[in-house]
Amino acid sequence: MEQTNFQLKKQDTQSQEWSKRLHHATRATREDWIGRGVSYLCIGVIILVVASMLWFITSKGIATFTQNHVSLWKFLSGTDWSPSQGKIGALPMIVGSFAVTFAAAIVATPFAVGTAIFMTEISPNKGRKFLQPVIELLVGIPSVVYGFIGLAVVVPFMRHLVGGSGFGIISATFVLFVMVLPTITSMTVDSLRAVPRYYKEASLALGATRWQTVSKVILRSATPGILTAVIFGMARAFGEALAVQMVIGNAAVMPKDLISAASTLTSQLTTGIGDTIDGTLPNNALWSLALILLLMSLFFNALVRVIAKRGQLKHER
Amino acid sequence: MLKQYSFDKTAVQTFDAQTSLALKTEDLQVFYGTNHAMHDANLAFPKNQITALIGASGSGKSTYLRSLNRMNDTIATVTGKIWYHGVDINEPNVNIYEIRRHIGMVFQRPNPFAKSIRENITYALRANGVKNKTELSERIEKSLRGAALWDEVKDSLDKSALSLSGGQQQRLCIARSIAMAPDVLLLDEPCSALDPISTVKVEETLLELQKQYTIIIVTHNMQQAARISSQCAFFHLGHVMEYTPTGTMFSNPQIPVTQDYISGSFG
Repeated sequence: MEQTNFQLKKQDTQSQEWSKRLHHATRATREDWIGRGVSYLCIGVIILVVASMLWFITSKGIATFTQNHVSLWKFLSGTDWSPSQGKIGALPMIVGSFAVTFAAAIVATPFAVGTAIFMTEISPNKGRKFLQPVIELLVGIPSVVYGFIGLAVVVPFMRHLVGGSGFGIISATFVLFVMVLPTITSMTVDSLRAVPRYYKEASLALGATRWQTVSKVILRSATPGILTAVIFGMARAFGEALAVQMVIGNAAVMPKDLISAASTLTSQLTTGIGDTIDGTLPNNALWSLALILLLMSLFFNALVRVIAKRGQLKHER
Repeated sequence: MLKQYSFDKTAVQTFDAQTSLALKTEDLQVFYGTNHAMHDANLAFPKNQITALIGASGSGKSTYLRSLNRMNDTIATVTGKIWYHGVDINEPNVNIYEIRRHIGMVFQRPNPFAKSIRENITYALRANGVKNKTELSERIEKSLRGAALWDEVKDSLDKSALSLSGGQQQRLCIARSIAMAPDVLLLDEPCSALDPISTVKVEETLLELQKQYTIIIVTHNMQQAARISSQCAFFHLGHVMEYTPTGTMFSNPQIPVTQDYISGSFG
């Protein structure tokens, strides 16, 4: 009996020692803590920045409606934009933004998909060595340079071709086409490269030609990726300010045609931002334009997520 | 350390003029860049029989198989002759799309397209100009029956092919190939990604199919080769070492390297 007790006691102290050894902090656990702390700090700062930006733009953007008592409907459907006289119909800018965005995406997508097919299927070596760097370079060119080229080359060309001032939606479309082309192309290339090789082999082994394989199997299976690419391109076009502002003419009127001066949400923002006084209606109205831009980019983001999810489902089931 | 075997001592059967052959290769060699992957393969494949190609990984059996319907075209250099209906189909001016319609292929990994079961089969038919709806549905049923899949999927032809089990997917791939009504069916380890029950199903399907098609199958599984093939070729390090009727290969292998491989004391 006593002996058992003694043994128990001995075991107790031993297990206490082990308990101490296995619970005390070492360098490894401290590193864990520090690492976790640093990443939590970083994510915290970012969340704070994003949340305060959202709050700031939203609160400023809705001031037009809450403080200046402009009706939301009038803001969205009005066509008269003279904030200094209290008229803030944003429809011309909304139409302008959507017009240049869709036009640029529609023109750029076939070129982008064609280029991407060339780079992945027809000549992968040249694609990797020569075209890839070129496209990356195009992505990196600052928008003011594109705008400047647009102003110096595209606008005079349009003036020569169709008359008028040369400023307008068509010039903006052309400049945006060049700007979104590399974005759409490089993302399409990624999605084409992600198509499993065995799809291609299966198709070829069935006697399908290269063209049939590309058009019916590869493009089909890359469709969600290509749609995502197009939407990213559209988001870029929708948000582009400087280059558009330089070639679109900046007249806040409903666009009658593609070749007369118009304006977009972004161009109106950059044009007007210096001329208004904080807290007044003209200033608040600009914030409302910014709010529309923000909501639209959230919408583009959501759309990308929906498409990605759909694409995933299709592959799993 | 791998045992060294002489590549000079081989036992490769030939067939007399009475045997009708579906396919025959003469001095077929394959190079991946400077890597000489296949040396002088001289094999003939009798019609309406299953021929198994066996050997260890890297022995060149898949490389050889893929050369037969020119799937190696963009990857490797293939020299030598491949005789099919008296035509050397390894000539550069041969229409490879036509070849692949007559010499179908099923891959190691079941690779149905992310389309419906129906579209998986009609894809190639449409690509080859079959548009008539009744003909399409007839050929869907015929090929699915041929691959012993019809009863399992006849009510769900519009479901995604990816919802099928691995074994069903592989039989769909077989159905897809035979929908083109080929002469020859090449199978590259078709059961290596499947469980034993699915494997048995595929094997039964192949045994049934040999009545209409000439089948050449690469397999890692010696029991499978013994179960289903009539002829068997053993590949070793890019050489065809022995080619005999399957019974002979497994009961009375002719040369030491085959004996060692069959008995498992290889290397």
